[in-house]
Amino acid sequence: MDADLIINILYATLRTGTPLLLIALGELVCEKSGVLNLGQEGMVLMGAVTGFMAAVVSGSLFTGVLVAVLCGIGMALLFGFLAITLVSNQVATGLALTIFGGGLSAFLGSSYVGIGIEGFTPWELPLLSEVPVLGKIFFSHDPLVYVSWILFIAVYWCFRSSRAGLIIRAVGENPEAANALGMRVFLVRYAAVAFGGAMAGLAGAYLSLAYTPLWTEGMSAGRGWIALALVVFASWRPERVLLGAYLFGAASILHLVLQGLGFEASPNLLAMLPYVATILVLMLIANDAIKARLNTPFALGKPFRPQL
Amino acid sequence: MNPMQRFKNIIKRPLGSFAVAAGLAAIAATVNADPLKVGFIYVGPTGDAGWTYSHDLGRQYVEAQLGDKVETSYVESVSEGADAERVIHQMASKGHELIFTTSFGYMNPTLKVAKRFPKVVFEHASGYKRAKNMGTYFTRAYQGRYLTGLVAGKMTKTNVLGYVASFPIPEVIRGINAFTKGAREANPDVTVKVVWASTWYDPAKEREAAETLILQNADVLTQHTDSAAIIQSAQAKGVYAIGYHSDMSLYGKDAHLTATVHNWGPLYLEKAQQVIDGSWKAVDLWPGIAEGTTDIAPLNAAVPEEVKQLVAEKKAAIKAGTLRVFDGPVVNQKGEMVVPAGESLEDAALLGMNYYLQGVQGKLPQS
Amino acid sequence: MSSQRSKHLFGVRLEKRASDSRWMAYCSPLLAILLTLLCGAGIFASLGHAPGAALYTFFLQPLEDFYGWTELGLKASPLLLCAMGLVLCFKAKIWNIGAEGQFIIGALGGGYMALQLDSMEGPWVLFAVVAFGALCGMLWAALAALLKTRFACNEILTTIMLNYIALNWLYYSVYGPLKDPAGYNFPESALFSDSSLLPLLFDGYRLNISLYFALLALACVWTLMSRTLFGFQIAVLGEDASAARYAGFKQNRLVWLALLVCGALAGLAGISEVTGPVGQLNANISLGYGYAAIIVVFLGRMHPVGILFASVLLALTFMGGEMVQMELTLPKSLTGLFQGMLLFFLLACDFLIGYQLQWSRPNRKISTVDIAQKAQE
Repeated sequence: MDADLIINILYATLRTGTPLLLIALGELVCEKSGVLNLGQEGMVLMGAVTGFMAAVVSGSLFTGVLVAVLCGIGMALLFGFLAITLVSNQVATGLALTIFGGGLSAFLGSSYVGIGIEGFTPWELPLLSEVPVLGKIFFSHDPLVYVSWILFIAVYWCFRSSRAGLIIRAVGENPEAANALGMRVFLVRYAAVAFGGAMAGLAGAYLSLAYTPLWTEGMSAGRGWIALALVVFASWRPERVLLGAYLFGAASILHLVLQGLGFEASPNLLAMLPYVATILVLMLIANDAIKARLNTPFALGKPFRPQL
Repeated sequence: MNPMQRFKNIIKRPLGSFAVAAGLAAIAATVNADPLKVGFIYVGPTGDAGWTYSHDLGRQYVEAQLGDKVETSYVESVSEGADAERVIHQMASKGHELIFTTSFGYMNPTLKVAKRFPKVVFEHASGYKRAKNMGTYFTRAYQGRYLTGLVAGKMTKTNVLGYVASFPIPEVIRGINAFTKGAREANPDVTVKVVWASTWYDPAKEREAAETLILQNADVLTQHTDSAAIIQSAQAKGVYAIGYHSDMSLYGKDAHLTATVHNWGPLYLEKAQQVIDGSWKAVDLWPGIAEGTTDIAPLNAAVPEEVKQLVAEKKAAIKAGTLRVFDGPVVNQKGEMVVPAGESLEDAALLGMNYYLQGVQGKLPQS
Repeated sequence: MSSQRSKHLFGVRLEKRASDSRWMAYCSPLLAILLTLLCGAGIFASLGHAPGAALYTFFLQPLEDFYGWTELGLKASPLLLCAMGLVLCFKAKIWNIGAEGQFIIGALGGGYMALQLDSMEGPWVLFAVVAFGALCGMLWAALAALLKTRFACNEILTTIMLNYIALNWLYYSVYGPLKDPAGYNFPESALFSDSSLLPLLFDGYRLNISLYFALLALACVWTLMSRTLFGFQIAVLGEDASAARYAGFKQNRLVWLALLVCGALAGLAGISEVTGPVGQLNANISLGYGYAAIIVVFLGRMHPVGILFASVLLALTFMGGEMVQMELTLPKSLTGLFQGMLLFFLLACDFLIGYQLQWSRPNRKISTVDIAQKAQE
């Protein structure tokens, strides 16, 4: 393996991990507030299709991204109305959102199949992209990758040292107490759910406008589910979500790279690797399990009923 | 089931009167009474831009050509599992007289239903089992692959070609071998690197597979998966790519050299016409370049005139039947002679192809 | 104080019921179906189809003949089997998303056995095949149980991962070792011999005795849940894990039992599918039954009878989706739209079980609150 190859693999890893990072960060905030939204896959697909449609119609990629984000928020608010206001079961509501989003996106996008657009092209950041090795790996991406880093920093800062982060955590740990302290539990949870939707919509836009600028049915190919697993894997810590997203990203292209290097093995067995690895990692951090449980939002998945 | 019948009548009444009016109009227009009902079973969504999309274009072609002599319908994304038999059965029992099942996995279900509906005609794509009322058909896409291989062999500078493959079934392996044979005839120094993406359909993964190949020095890519993602990544990376299923030049006008395209329309039209005439027979039909079922998309302007000449010559030879792609000498990856000079691989051997030819790099999974 | 006990929605006052309304519990699924039909009619109308006829095509035409009814049973059986296992897990708040993987491994293991016993005859062959399939499903679920009890791994995560591993294992098998040697290298096994196929219920129809397996599972799980200590313990564990600990229940043993039963039932569903309508192993043996069964459990509000209806209803939406494509040339995505809407409406309507709408200024509010407080004490 020469240096060029390694640089390229790392570069590809960042790109593959970006949609996972976006979805997982959104879900992290959502879960921190105590709401488990399993509808990521549906929101991503809706973001991808509406973003693509808007970009084709308006001719502007940024309009596409904006529409995708708004659509993600809309889908999330639908979830929020059911799961927060109407206190429905969150697991079931999330699954419904996934099924609904999958169907609706295919339905809306049917006449946009086979259309190609000029997607986002890499922005080589001035000066930074000149740095040997690192410049190529980190600073020659398309704009949405940089956006994902900014959003990561925002989320990290939010939970590390902002009042908003404290409030979200309080609502996720003990909504009754938070309510008694005058925090507006519903409002916080709605905001967190909407943020999750916006991030999923953005991830969808990344897929259909930057990564592979086209629309095909079901193009998220299970990334919503992987991101969901990622949040648990990261035990609800933003910095581990970042690490995990890139690890998963690398793992998902590992079998392609190994084949390219002439490594001979069944592609199906290689495709198992990331999943086996995740389980092994989970077992290895078993000693850490008590700590992991401490990070788990205590009221996760439990509806808040102010009456009780 | 009486109450249900009544309910059905109540619901259908307004529609019924409309149908009568339309029917009268139809009788006034033509003497021919009932249109032929033609059904299609698709394995993917019609929006996949690949395999299923090409079949649906064929269906639309039949409708456009035969007008009110036919009535077509389809069911998309039918899994090749237990659901397939029901869908085929329902189509047959709903008065379809000709049913195309367009994926290999429908072979056994189609056969089972064909036995139950002896008056309905079934046509199954890519299989090897037939019955009195069940024929098979496929396209010699490998002929198109061979021609695109010629182009790739001439256009590569690194002498490495990249092939993003889905799953190691004979159809895919045949394509890889035909592409390799064409490329090496045009340029004996060429090797073909294959990456198995283990998916028919995941644009992001297809793109990563393509970029892996570009990293391995491949400068002309092609794929046997369903999206146009590899064309896009070739365009972004400034290398060439060759599409599959349909003309994908929209996705990268500089990168897209040509594509192997399917053109099912004429075949479907012929079959429908045969059923209308009563001349249909259960045969195994494997048309290709000569019949127009397989073709290649217009060559990119970057392709030099002499290469265009070469492709046109070989295409004419295939059309004339003097060139059969897997004409000897055919040497496999281990260097063993599979077909000596002067002979050619039989169709039966093509149908079950499970080895690489010389020039393909890597080991065929589970061969 | 009282302002906290009610909610305002669109100007309508929502009042917490003193106790859950039994009447609404039965009505809400019907209301949800009605609303789905109304929305569906709207969608069909907007696509230029007569709503009545289109809805008829979707929901009733699949059942016009006896064949349709047998197919409905065939489609609902694996859903019901998987859902019966899942309901035990979900009752205990063990979020097993892994019925899909257990289904696949059951089919793969049992199918392997069927291929090995190809030349054997006699009724024991079928028994061995089916039993081995269920056992394999159970072992796959045991992995999740081990990871949860021994390593404290979150079961949502591990079961999703195990699903992907199972699927790739299936691919590996049918593209490799279990490929039919006489099958032109296509990824499917040889057809099973007659002695390892499930007996059909009616000659000429595909419905087989897996329907009895499903109904038997329904009866067993229902009894287990309502009549046994185990069922009671599971329910308590789900309601309040700490209460279960105080009561001295062995939590790990409950986790193991729930997951093993679920794995065995999902495995049984898998092997019934390959020894039934499919008749061989191929890459597409699972049609997502394990995931669809999750919806079935919620749609059936975690009650065995509800789940029975839900599995039939969901099976019908799959068949109806095929029918509208065939008859009206509408896209398949409508199936997903309908299933999503149905679930949304059901979840929304369920709200009315615990709350009631107050259109005018309520007079009995105080008494309602009093009862609510009493109910809590």
